[in-house]
Amino acid sequence: MSADSLRIALVGNPNSGKTALFNQLTGGRQKVANYAGVTVERKEGRFTAPSGRVMQVLDLPGTYSFDAASPDEQITRDVLEGNYPGEAAPDLIICVADATNLRLHLRFVLEVKRLGRPVVLALNMMDAARHRGIVIDVPELQHRLGVPVVETIAVKRGGVGALVTRVDGELPEASPALPDDPASRASLHDEVRALMAATVTMPRATARIDDALDRWMLHPIVGLLTLAVVMFLVFQAVYASGKPMSDLIGNGFAWLGGYCATVLPDGPIRDLVINGLFGGLGTVLGFLPVILVLFFFILMLEESGYLPRAAFLLDRLMVSVGLTGRSFIPLLSSFACAIPGIMGTRSITDPRDRLATILVAPLMTCSARLPVYALLIGAFIPARRVFGLFNLQGVVLFALYVAGIVGAMAVGWVIKRIRRDKSEHALLMELPSYRLPRVRDVAIGLWERGTVFLKRLTGVILALTVLMWCISTFPKPPAGAIGPAINYSFAGYLGRFLQHIFAPLGFNWQITLSLIPAFAARETAVATLATVYAVSGDAQNGGLAHALAGNFPLATALSLLVWFAFAPQCMSTLAVIRRETNSWRNVVISFSYMFAVAYAASFITFQVARLFS
Amino acid sequence: MWLATCTECEKRIQCEPFLFRSVTTVRLSDLPKGACAVVERVEDAHANDLIAQRLRDLGFVAGERVRLVARGPVGADPLLIQIGSTRFALRRAEAARVTVQEDVA
Repeated sequence: MSADSLRIALVGNPNSGKTALFNQLTGGRQKVANYAGVTVERKEGRFTAPSGRVMQVLDLPGTYSFDAASPDEQITRDVLEGNYPGEAAPDLIICVADATNLRLHLRFVLEVKRLGRPVVLALNMMDAARHRGIVIDVPELQHRLGVPVVETIAVKRGGVGALVTRVDGELPEASPALPDDPASRASLHDEVRALMAATVTMPRATARIDDALDRWMLHPIVGLLTLAVVMFLVFQAVYASGKPMSDLIGNGFAWLGGYCATVLPDGPIRDLVINGLFGGLGTVLGFLPVILVLFFFILMLEESGYLPRAAFLLDRLMVSVGLTGRSFIPLLSSFACAIPGIMGTRSITDPRDRLATILVAPLMTCSARLPVYALLIGAFIPARRVFGLFNLQGVVLFALYVAGIVGAMAVGWVIKRIRRDKSEHALLMELPSYRLPRVRDVAIGLWERGTVFLKRLTGVILALTVLMWCISTFPKPPAGAIGPAINYSFAGYLGRFLQHIFAPLGFNWQITLSLIPAFAARETAVATLATVYAVSGDAQNGGLAHALAGNFPLATALSLLVWFAFAPQCMSTLAVIRRETNSWRNVVISFSYMFAVAYAASFITFQVARLFS
Repeated sequence: MWLATCTECEKRIQCEPFLFRSVTTVRLSDLPKGACAVVERVEDAHANDLIAQRLRDLGFVAGERVRLVARGPVGADPLLIQIGSTRFALRRAEAARVTVQEDVA
């Protein structure tokens, strides 16, 4: 530690407003990383105190107690005690407690105090406490606790001034370290009761507004209806704003590529820049608006306190298929794109439930599958009415969505059956007070997720996209060759080689070939099919559909649709699984099981459809 | 017999003099919706029961008042339990570890 900088650790119960306090203290100057080997986030920020001293603030995961079954709590304890390798012990601990929920939070304050390090208690959400008529005798609390107590309002500009002044002053003296044994742990509750009786007056245990809202939000019928409406609106917003922005970015890069085409000399370099680099960047950055729009809503739901309510309503249903109520929002996000879905599983605290959710998330029908579905359905399924009411094409599309959901349920159920750890994992979820989301906290959350995606994934995805381009381009066709260039490339050879594997599914070599670039991004399968069938002009329109309908039977089309519903695509998803679980093993498991499921389902579809046609 | 106000739900409840107070000991998971009770203890479902330990850490200790606020829409699971100012969602199996003395009105 240099003489003029201070290392501060921020700890507190979940829902104590700790992150808002961290944001208020440090502003946007934050660094987010992971602790080595685990997926627990490490957030660090800094600010300069009025005295000119630099304060380095470490935001530790929210913790209820040090009895630590979860990796977050273990890390929190190790860091505070100075036992975490590569992490210096903090000079000062700021313990954040919600002033409206002291009965729960004071217990953890006492646990932190017993570590025997300098502690300052930040009584947060003092505005809400005053509003509810809660009176806290701060001098008395400070006297009884033996640590400095400072009032804060983390969501208000200037609401942490007193805390900054206190931290900038002399370091408080540490309380004596006490041993951690079951008997003394049990006495903590008695201490809390005594503290509460002496220093806190509460007219009412809960906020009236929370009681009123929960009466409806958790109602068996009204609550579920509200949830359905909220989700419907979120999806409308994602498709209405995220999708057009994604298309805009894709088109923007296509335009850039087109511009480069006029500048660069003809040759493989030009081709690489246009199709490999700009095509790849367009694909990767095209995900960004959908991801940001989805995360905007997820953050709003999280900050407002609604997310745990949704988890409460759906927990029982999710448990029956081996998941948890908290899996619902990530899985729903996966209907737009599996990437934000998998990133969103961070809100699932239990590692086993989180992994199960990550494994089934790619089975949800993401928006990138729609172009493929649209092409094949348009080409092979007649637009006639069934039961005089429904359009057959719509029914098939709906069936594909259902297949994804049923598949995910089945896989979740199987995971539950075969996993070694069959112990009971708890829900034990706190439903916090409802709050109005703050612009600053939502903005910082969005910024964090956006940069994680761009920094950690763009490189991998871009490299793979360029690789895909290379194998689809080289070697160049011999002079005088007829037929599209891709037929002579590595991808062409690979396609013909793999065709033996895919023949039982009814795929010809052209389809097999199109599956290779589809691994980069599913929707490119359409463009590749257009190339191999040498369809000129716009691939989206009638031309390609007509060519397909003339080249393979209905059974093959159905089999291909089913393949796309389950297949292990795209590689961006696999890259996110690698990053979020920190394990290649999980990537291999995801890839293999989805390949097996897709192969089996397509095989059955093809063979059955052939019997009937 | 006299009337007192329940500190959790602000309902007027009938109480009997302490010695004759009629209480029934039930599992938290068996409380009806809206009922108030006092925690008696948390029982370990098996040796080294981390869930029971966590419940105790969260404040489910003898003498604390709890209220069953809501129940999930499917199979009345999970349960929403208020303890102090905090609301926890517990699955039935978790709540079954807590024995409580129910106030009998």
